[in-house]
Amino acid sequence: MADQKEEKVVFQRPHSLLPVVTNYCPGCTHGIVNRLVAEVIDELGIEGDTVGIAPVGCSVMAYNFFGCDMIEAAHGRAPAVATGVKRVHPENIVFAYQGDGDLASIGMAETVHAATRGENITVIFINNAIYGMTGGQMAPTSLPNQVTQTSPYGRDVETAGYPIRVCELLSTLDGVAYLERVTVDSPKNVRKAKKAIKKAFETQRDGLGYSLVEVVATCPTNWGMTPQQAFAWMRENMLPYYPLGVYKDVVADGFANAAEAASARSAECPIAHPSEGGEA
Amino acid sequence: MSEKVLMKGNEALAESAIRAGCRFFFGYPITPQTELAAYMAKRMPKVGGTYLQAESEIAAINMVYGASAAGARAMTSSSSPGVSLKGEGISYMSGSDLPGVIINVQRGGPGLGGIQPSQSDYWQATRAMGHGDHRLVVFAPATVQEMADLIYDAFDVADKYRTPVMILADGMLGQMMEPVELREAISPEDLPAKDWTTEGHKNKRPHNIVNSLYLTAEDLEDLNVERYQRYKQIEETEQRAETFLAEDADIVLVAFGATSRICRSAVRAARDEGIKAGLIRPITLWPFPEEAIRATLPTAKAYLTVEMNMGQMVDDVRLVVNGAHPVDFYGRTGGVIPTPDEVLGKIREIAADLDSAKGDE
Repeated sequence: MADQKEEKVVFQRPHSLLPVVTNYCPGCTHGIVNRLVAEVIDELGIEGDTVGIAPVGCSVMAYNFFGCDMIEAAHGRAPAVATGVKRVHPENIVFAYQGDGDLASIGMAETVHAATRGENITVIFINNAIYGMTGGQMAPTSLPNQVTQTSPYGRDVETAGYPIRVCELLSTLDGVAYLERVTVDSPKNVRKAKKAIKKAFETQRDGLGYSLVEVVATCPTNWGMTPQQAFAWMRENMLPYYPLGVYKDVVADGFANAAEAASARSAECPIAHPSEGGEA
Repeated sequence: MSEKVLMKGNEALAESAIRAGCRFFFGYPITPQTELAAYMAKRMPKVGGTYLQAESEIAAINMVYGASAAGARAMTSSSSPGVSLKGEGISYMSGSDLPGVIINVQRGGPGLGGIQPSQSDYWQATRAMGHGDHRLVVFAPATVQEMADLIYDAFDVADKYRTPVMILADGMLGQMMEPVELREAISPEDLPAKDWTTEGHKNKRPHNIVNSLYLTAEDLEDLNVERYQRYKQIEETEQRAETFLAEDADIVLVAFGATSRICRSAVRAARDEGIKAGLIRPITLWPFPEEAIRATLPTAKAYLTVEMNMGQMVDDVRLVVNGAHPVDFYGRTGGVIPTPDEVLGKIREIAADLDSAKGDE
């Protein structure tokens, strides 16, 4: 048997990604990001302690895809549901997986307040500038002049206003520990996206504060493009509007966690620092 | 071990919820339930619990949803306009079979309405607390003592049937002070274990899912049918009512909550005048205590429903009486509280009608 080679597994399905057929369209980037989240859960060895919150939108059935305990939330309410879970079990790793309509439109209040409370949760945010599940309506992140079912003449900023840049907006909030915007249009960017997702989960594991990774994504089906055309359109139009990069990283800024960074920022506010300089 | 203390209804609800093993409260400020949240804010940190002021009523009920999915006894409280906002989350709790307790300290409506006591959310609580085919168990306390006691039952029923439960109080009960005997505290650790929760499978079981989405019509139908079998069981076993002089009464009053106390006075006054009045006080509004009312059908000659609204529970009374006797209604609305004299006047009218009908025979 000298010619029999020893088998070596070089690639396999992550354990925390269940062997089920997803409902995602061909060419959709949700599948890539689902896998990256599962790989990170595997690598950190946290599947048994993780609770995921699925949104309403294309990833609504993510509760069937991940092997950890899963909860399906009402539209936009994933951060509130995650808050409930995390407050009961602070030792759990709790993540919400949300699209742009869910996170930045109907759920914007929940998003902003979970972030400003410094809820020690991780949010994976898929921004593909459109409502995919309902068939391609204008999203809070649809670009100016972008044609959708409900902006048939292009998003008119005079009447429909401007897109929301979620990372930029959340970066002003003191409870936030880590924010990064990534994409998954190339092997190199997929690796960078995974690194960001891993860092977000580690941020939560280490109790540093709220973490969110925004993935600039595509929707070939509702954009009416091939997957390759969609990536090209995304690179040409979305990335200039939603620049990739780290928007907040309290550790890189020299702080132990979000609370310490918040304390430094508000150093001049006496009531925020009652123990300093006063009597015991 | 019990102790008697003087407490506001809102505070009694809060303290008893903690004693019933609730360690997670999510709320939003609204009159006239404010003392409840304030009490929780003060007390929860002392017992290792969580008080969280949510950004909205919607967020608060969804935090209850999450905490309940994670296995805890959780609750939220509000008043009428805020409870409307919780409707979404309550429907999702029903659809996901999640226990939890919602307090409604009712005020006048519709819209922003007023801040005086009301019972005008009866329909909402018993008919339409959110979209879809579902029911909510609704308890209606009438005293501060009962507010303290019923919260234990609310949590037990919620856990037993995996359903949201509402305590439908009103601004009068919430704000009034009465002596109350607080029951013994239950430790959350001593509560029965739940096998369906999402709190991490610890690599010991397949993943649990808390979900209300079923895209195959037949699957959703099956689940709704199963849930209604549970509702049937609730209707058969959880109906509760108190009767007062109703056994031989010609005129049976039906009233819940604060209104029932006014009716009790009116019934006594009517009896003093020789009018055989009695009272049935529903303690559960859903399941509606049909059996208690049905028991009076052979002896009663007329029914009078008294409510602080334009006439809501009277529908349920008519459904049970089913035309066997006349069912009259007396109500004040907008935050106006009916007086015993007003109710007595109505009892006299009905008594006079019965007498003249007798004379016609």
